[in-house]
Amino acid sequence: MSELTLREASRKPDLLAPGHRLCAGCAEPMVVRMILKAVRGPTIATTATGCLEVATTIFPYTAWNLPWIHNAFENAAATASGIEAAWRAMRRKGRGPLSKYETLDVVAFAGDGGTYDIGLQALSGALERGHDFTYVLIDNEAYMNTGIQRSGGTPYAAETTTSPAGSVIPGKREWKKPIEDIVIAHRIPYAATLSPAYPLDVLRKARRAFEADGPAFLHAIVPCSRGWRFPPEKTIMVSRLAVQTCVFPLWECWLEKGRPVYRLSAPSEAVAKRPESKKPVEEYLSIQGRFRHLFQPKRRDDIIKSIQEWVDERWMQLLEKAGLG
Amino acid sequence: MGLNGDEAAAYAVKQVNPDVVAAYPITPQTIIVERFSEYVADGLVDTEFVSVESEHSALSCCVGAAAAGARAFTATAANGLALMWEITYIASALRLPIVMAVANRALSAPINIHNDHSDAMGARDSGWIQIWCENSQEVYDACIEAWRIGEHPEVQLPVMINLDGFTLSHTLENVLTLPDETVQEFVGEREFMRVKGHMGEADFRLDPERPLTIGPLDLPDFYFEHKLQQVEALKKALRAIPAVDEEYSKLSGRRYELIHPYRLEDAEIALIGLGSTMGTVMHVVDELREEGVKAGALKLRIFRPFPEEALKEAIRGIPAIGVLDRAISFGAPGGPLYEEVKTALYEEDERPIVVNYIHGLGGRDSPPDLIKSIYKSLDHARIRGRAMEKVVYAGVRG
Repeated sequence: MSELTLREASRKPDLLAPGHRLCAGCAEPMVVRMILKAVRGPTIATTATGCLEVATTIFPYTAWNLPWIHNAFENAAATASGIEAAWRAMRRKGRGPLSKYETLDVVAFAGDGGTYDIGLQALSGALERGHDFTYVLIDNEAYMNTGIQRSGGTPYAAETTTSPAGSVIPGKREWKKPIEDIVIAHRIPYAATLSPAYPLDVLRKARRAFEADGPAFLHAIVPCSRGWRFPPEKTIMVSRLAVQTCVFPLWECWLEKGRPVYRLSAPSEAVAKRPESKKPVEEYLSIQGRFRHLFQPKRRDDIIKSIQEWVDERWMQLLEKAGLG
Repeated sequence: MGLNGDEAAAYAVKQVNPDVVAAYPITPQTIIVERFSEYVADGLVDTEFVSVESEHSALSCCVGAAAAGARAFTATAANGLALMWEITYIASALRLPIVMAVANRALSAPINIHNDHSDAMGARDSGWIQIWCENSQEVYDACIEAWRIGEHPEVQLPVMINLDGFTLSHTLENVLTLPDETVQEFVGEREFMRVKGHMGEADFRLDPERPLTIGPLDLPDFYFEHKLQQVEALKKALRAIPAVDEEYSKLSGRRYELIHPYRLEDAEIALIGLGSTMGTVMHVVDELREEGVKAGALKLRIFRPFPEEALKEAIRGIPAIGVLDRAISFGAPGGPLYEEVKTALYEEDERPIVVNYIHGLGGRDSPPDLIKSIYKSLDHARIRGRAMEKVVYAGVRG
């Protein structure tokens, strides 16, 4: 495994170039740029339908400095399977345009809608077949591209346009789907979580994902200033708070003798070592407009408490998995 | 050799040895992927066989592979094709010469595994070239020609090869095959369009050395023009198909063209149709001719692009035309093929009587007697000078 330093990464050209039309404060281009700094060489990217796709490729312009394809919403993993299969076949035959590449990093980007919901089948199929590609879930926790509708990745009690906070129902009624558990149950060689607040962590994990022999899954939290209702300059702060409150802990997971082994990443490990440093979820919730109804006009301690309990429970489970419980 | 239609497709694809075959099983297509996976298991091809989890992913995988410069093949039927529907449009709009065999089958509900053409007719507007086969020989030949047609520099479109479920897919026939090397030489290497990308001129594929953005967001300022390019490409296919066919005929001695007219020269009544029924139709034409009835037939080998000019030329002067549809277009004035034939004839100086015969849905047999009764009804219309009914559901219990 080769470690990538920030210095090295900063010298590499951006494969997602400036000039795209993603919103100010959007975390997606930050994460995508960082991940693409970690590619090993020849790379092909595919992106599911979503903000990242529509805002970077408005014909005749493009922000992609690498070969890139958009197929449809639910099939990023299947498209990536095809690209990987094409390369593999050409390598075996020793002919065809991709046959000269000893490695080919195939990377698929998809949002929460394209992963938790409509794209779950294609993802599961590709993981089961063991294609050598990296799947990046850029999770902004709702269908932001279509106007902030709830997805399977939307957290409990968050307000979206299809889970509005009304007088009877206070936002989304279901908990966030445990996508990582689902993915890891496929016994893939590498999975990890990412936050744009920790660039070096992103670079290292992305490189490990590309180097993994088989499917790798990167789950990035990408706060959306429009949908989460916070000022654009607060993106990194929100991304960091997600980790510090353990709402979105950072860890990685690989297989040893066929069993998944979890390791906390430095920022979350620090919280594990000093439990008193773990921030209350209220700090994370209260700076986002999508949770405003939990604080005004009337404070909903019951909901805040159950969110805290859910986060604590998930965190305890993670510590156990990482052998720290 | 003795092959059923599915095996003929699998055997041809084996000889082509494409880079990627991605498929999901559905009756009556299953034999294609079963045979092909045997070829893979026995090392007779070096194709990457991707056993996907759905037809949607089968075609999606082919899109990824073909965009990466590979030759890609898949096969499906009925609901499988319906599940691919979204991606059929994407494959053609991205100008990817994927080849797909469709063992035509009725669409649910009610569930029915037998033949009709409602699956392929549902995909008729998706921008694919459609070849329709009468027998296993045609399936074999089409599965070889399709690569050259789709990859033709002026075309660059996906090709769908239609074979009637069970009637062809599961019926053993003698098929004349070509040697592997002949097939290999004929298909050659895949050709790519040259395009102007944001990093200069490039082959139209995903190339790490010459990056292109394939499948971008197209707003109202460009979308329409891109659609017109597909229209043009399909028009050009009308010239490319006979050109490829001409080359193929030199190797095989078999020639197909766009349409296959049968005893039309002095015909007074003629049936136009697609697929395996046309074998029966031509047999009935021979019988009727012996009885002194001036019957003829026109088999359409290519339905998309619609060979309008060739069709009009072939049937000009025939007073009564019957159009055999093996699908319903619900709520429409008639079946899909009927509507197209009628539209094509509207500008003619002398318009024939045109009657639509919808038959054989869900695998209902269309025996010679039924075809004969259709000719008889068409002849009545000719004698009367008009059709009593515009659309006839032939072979349905009263």
